[in-house]
Amino acid sequence: MAKITYREALNQAMCQEMERDDRVFLMGEEVAEYNGAYKVSQGMLDKFGPRRVIDTPITELGFAGLGVGAAMAGLRPIIEFMTWNFAVLAADQIVNAAAKMKYMTGGQYDCPMVFRGAGGAAARVSSQHSQAFENWYANIPGLKVVMPSNPADAKGLLAASIRDNDTVIFIENEINYGDIGEVPEGEYIIPLGKADIKRVGKDVTLIAHSRMTGYALLAAEELAKQGIDVEVVDPRTIRPLDEATILASVAKTNRAVVIEEGWRFAGIGAEISARIMEKGFDDLDAPVARVTGKDVPMPYAANLEQYALPSVAEIVEAARVVCNRA
Amino acid sequence: MFYSLVFSISKVALAALLDARHHSPSLNHLGDSMASKKKQQDTAGMTQEGRFYSAERLHAMHDMMLYIRRFEEKAGQMYGLKKIGGFCHLCNGQEAVCVGMDEAAEPTDYMLTSYRDHGHILARGTDGVAVMAELLGREGGVVGGKGGSMHMFDKSKNFAGGNGIVGEQVPIGTGFAFASKYRDDKRVSITIMGDGGVNQGAVYESFNMAALWKLPVVFVIENNQYAMGTSLSRASAETHLYKRGISFKVPGIQVDGMDVLEVERKMTEALEHARSGQGPIIVEMMTYRYRGHSMSDPATYRTRDEVDEWRSGRDPIVRLQKQMVEAGLATEAEFKQKDKDIKKEVVAVAKAAEAQSEPELSKLWDDILTDEIPNAYPYPRQVG
Amino acid sequence: MPIDIFMTQLSPTMTEGKIARWLKKEGDTLESGEVMLEVETDKATMEVEVIDEGVLHKIIAPEGTLVTVGEAIGVIAEEGEEVPADYVPEGAGQEPVLETHGTPAAVEAEPKPSPVPAPREVAGEAPAVDMAAVERAADDKRIKASPLARRLAKQKGINLAAITGTGPRGRIVKADVEKAAKRGINLGGAESFVPREIRPLPAGLMPYHADEYDAIENSMMRKAIARRLTESKQQVPHFYLSVDVEMERLMDLRAQLNEAADGAFKLSVNDFIVKAVSKALVDVPAANASWADSHTYQHKHAHISIAVAIEGGLITPIVRFAEQKSIVDISNEIKELAGKARAGELKPEEYTGGTFSISNLGMYGIKEFQAIVNPPEGAILAVGGTEERVVAENGQAVVKKMMTLSLSCDHRVVDGAVGAEYLNALKKHLECPASVLI
Repeated sequence: MAKITYREALNQAMCQEMERDDRVFLMGEEVAEYNGAYKVSQGMLDKFGPRRVIDTPITELGFAGLGVGAAMAGLRPIIEFMTWNFAVLAADQIVNAAAKMKYMTGGQYDCPMVFRGAGGAAARVSSQHSQAFENWYANIPGLKVVMPSNPADAKGLLAASIRDNDTVIFIENEINYGDIGEVPEGEYIIPLGKADIKRVGKDVTLIAHSRMTGYALLAAEELAKQGIDVEVVDPRTIRPLDEATILASVAKTNRAVVIEEGWRFAGIGAEISARIMEKGFDDLDAPVARVTGKDVPMPYAANLEQYALPSVAEIVEAARVVCNRA
Repeated sequence: MFYSLVFSISKVALAALLDARHHSPSLNHLGDSMASKKKQQDTAGMTQEGRFYSAERLHAMHDMMLYIRRFEEKAGQMYGLKKIGGFCHLCNGQEAVCVGMDEAAEPTDYMLTSYRDHGHILARGTDGVAVMAELLGREGGVVGGKGGSMHMFDKSKNFAGGNGIVGEQVPIGTGFAFASKYRDDKRVSITIMGDGGVNQGAVYESFNMAALWKLPVVFVIENNQYAMGTSLSRASAETHLYKRGISFKVPGIQVDGMDVLEVERKMTEALEHARSGQGPIIVEMMTYRYRGHSMSDPATYRTRDEVDEWRSGRDPIVRLQKQMVEAGLATEAEFKQKDKDIKKEVVAVAKAAEAQSEPELSKLWDDILTDEIPNAYPYPRQVG
Repeated sequence: MPIDIFMTQLSPTMTEGKIARWLKKEGDTLESGEVMLEVETDKATMEVEVIDEGVLHKIIAPEGTLVTVGEAIGVIAEEGEEVPADYVPEGAGQEPVLETHGTPAAVEAEPKPSPVPAPREVAGEAPAVDMAAVERAADDKRIKASPLARRLAKQKGINLAAITGTGPRGRIVKADVEKAAKRGINLGGAESFVPREIRPLPAGLMPYHADEYDAIENSMMRKAIARRLTESKQQVPHFYLSVDVEMERLMDLRAQLNEAADGAFKLSVNDFIVKAVSKALVDVPAANASWADSHTYQHKHAHISIAVAIEGGLITPIVRFAEQKSIVDISNEIKELAGKARAGELKPEEYTGGTFSISNLGMYGIKEFQAIVNPPEGAILAVGGTEERVVAENGQAVVKKMMTLSLSCDHRVVDGAVGAEYLNALKKHLECPASVLI
């Protein structure tokens, strides 16, 4: 297996699918001539030409809606948002149009498309550019929400999302773009709705997605030194959620910590905790703990920013608490 | 020009197709009354602004407008009797826009509009019973009772709604045009908005992209003078809405939307412009709705005189009837009889729709996703 | 066919409308789109237009009438049509059609009371919740155990009440249950405190003839006594110590005090014993203790549980802080508590939380007996009757007023030496009774 970056993995997935299916095209700000604001679409204009790799004006609502129409007309758009912060402008098209179209038309029109881009906190860009929105979209029937945590998942999940016949909200992480990992060569598909156990352990389950999966794995190493054997589950698909894998892990470890970069209130952790309570109550030996971003807009100053985000130390501490070792 | 040749040929074919396309029950009775005149009608007709309309075609246009008028009146009545719920926006007065536009369009062209959609989908040829059943929330509704008045869709007629958020359909319609260009299949997207919707930002984002990429889209602005209760001059700094594309180099024309023949002519030109690769064009249809914005609107923001002026002076149905009588293509008695027949037809449509069952409860769970993932939560078709 | 004109709904909330004005008279021709009448709704006066053309044949609802939506207000005749004199409009006198369909038509129905009541405290006193009180309440009543611990305990038949939790805030966690299971001493049915093996036979399987007994239904108290004492006798490792106490001086002192009181109070032997017991607990605090798995709770005060026989059973009201109270106060309190106990008026806080029990059967002529420890207390004192006995003193047989005390101890917290030390301290106070007055 080749070792490539997360961004190259995403690029491979898009190229793989565009070579396979002429209906697939990539549209977004700076995706073509600039080769992508984060270089995810590097070289794609050269490979596929301006018909299929299209630079847009800065007009999120407009090109999101254009994508919806194109999908309804039978194409399979990949609409790139430079970051998900800007997609707030396009929320009407995602929420009111794409998510509802199949239902509202009695099944006549599908919206097979991928909205993708960087989510979560970037580095030192303050409040408007560092936000986790997965819980917004995960709340809405008609959408799927996918978040890869490593290069291999990035490739396999994006390819699956492009092939999926529904609207997929694909949230990448800017900090992860440069991560290097082993990625299968050639066609590689990871089915949606399947969680992955990133580390096997018996004492406590850490459930973390996207960038936080890496944090959870670091915490697991630290905890191992302290004699706590950690299992790390990465849901990968946030909606619909492979809760069976999570519940099976909790049944084994009896303790769970849910970690997310976003805000605590009504976050993904709230939903996962609720499901563990509903379905795994008798397996719990301690209340589920959550480690989340602090309930503040993201500040700019480096120390404040670091404090606002979840840390490995906080995960370690939470795991110790649920293991009754604090 | 090669293309316009293809176009005019297809128009003839279209005329022949009219009966099949406009397969609304209201038109079935026409067969008898017209069979005797069939021979004359092959040549009979009238020419306006250099364009020839056969008698058969004129009758079809008239009948469809009258059918829409009576259908909307019936819908209003049914709403009044609480059989139709929620929001219900009628288009009485705007029938010429619906019919003239569809007359000009190819069946393969896409059409999208906002929530004032009954007239457009009927003009497009969708079965009136399915439209009425949708209004009544019945299983045989065009979208199975999932949408109601605001969400009429008929993919088989390339009619893509029925969109409830003001202006939302404009980027979507632009996307349909993008798909046409992507596939180079010469289909035009007719993207309709109102004089209210035209103030949404999404509209200008769409104008810009459509012009930039020369997308085959006709942006139709149904200017019925009021965005809900706000008159045009109170909502728009530039009230000449056809000029709204100037900054984007999108040409615009203004059309008398109370004249079905002018609508047909100007729309034909506009479609040709878009279809020939010259990019988008704006068509402002000057029209008027006789009823309030929605059923609960007493329309106190306008005077009775204003309504009457449009109604008695410019009514599109009366106008066409007059033209046809003057041209010797029909008599007033004939129109009276048609009206009776169409009314009867509409009553029958309403009865048939009302007789349908409500959707089965299991339908609640249908059509949310295409690729359901059975073993992940939220589980398909399950509460928890 | 005549066409009926109905009162239609002109606003989403409208259920009836008042005919404000007819703009057309009977006999007038009606053209589609013309205003026919005006209707006053709950919101506005609305114009009603002609839909069906013809001649206004009849006005059913004249101006000023209030008409329910769906009822006929007039009849239209088609041009040249003769309407039969007996023609009755469809909607007249009928309920609105909407009732027959499952679809509620209006966006909003008529205003109706909100199903959500207004806040109880509109102004002034804030409905502040004392979280500390909530926690305390929770602490008192319920065994805190993780869901998993509960499940495991149930599976293994372990009584959670017998386990001390080591989790946060004393929560019993999986490890605690597993430890208990390994020790094997806590076996004892999770649902009932009576172990499965010795669970009493069901009523129908008793080896007695039905006509040879009366089946008296066990009261809640009976069941509680059965449960608690079974639990104690099975789980608490008991041992017993006895000592004889010379009562001459105490009896004399009691007589003197009662005489001097002149009816103000009347001290019983038991009052002296309670006071002496509490003083001895101060002397030997190790005897005032409770067992918890990880810790031994050594109590700082003497809360003395006093067994009181009541109808159908017994109860143990508590004299709290007995070590700080005078004998007269104790005496009065016991009288009051015993009275309440017999009347069934004791509050839970008056019979829970004792640290040491006294059971006195002296008045029944019982010489001595062994009581069962009342968990989580560490010991119970069984008091026999005071009687004259022949005892040996300095080689002589003498007759003295004597009493036998028996102490039952939970060996987990009270070892033999501690029990013995305690009994000796108690004996000293009783034999030198002036000390209890200090």
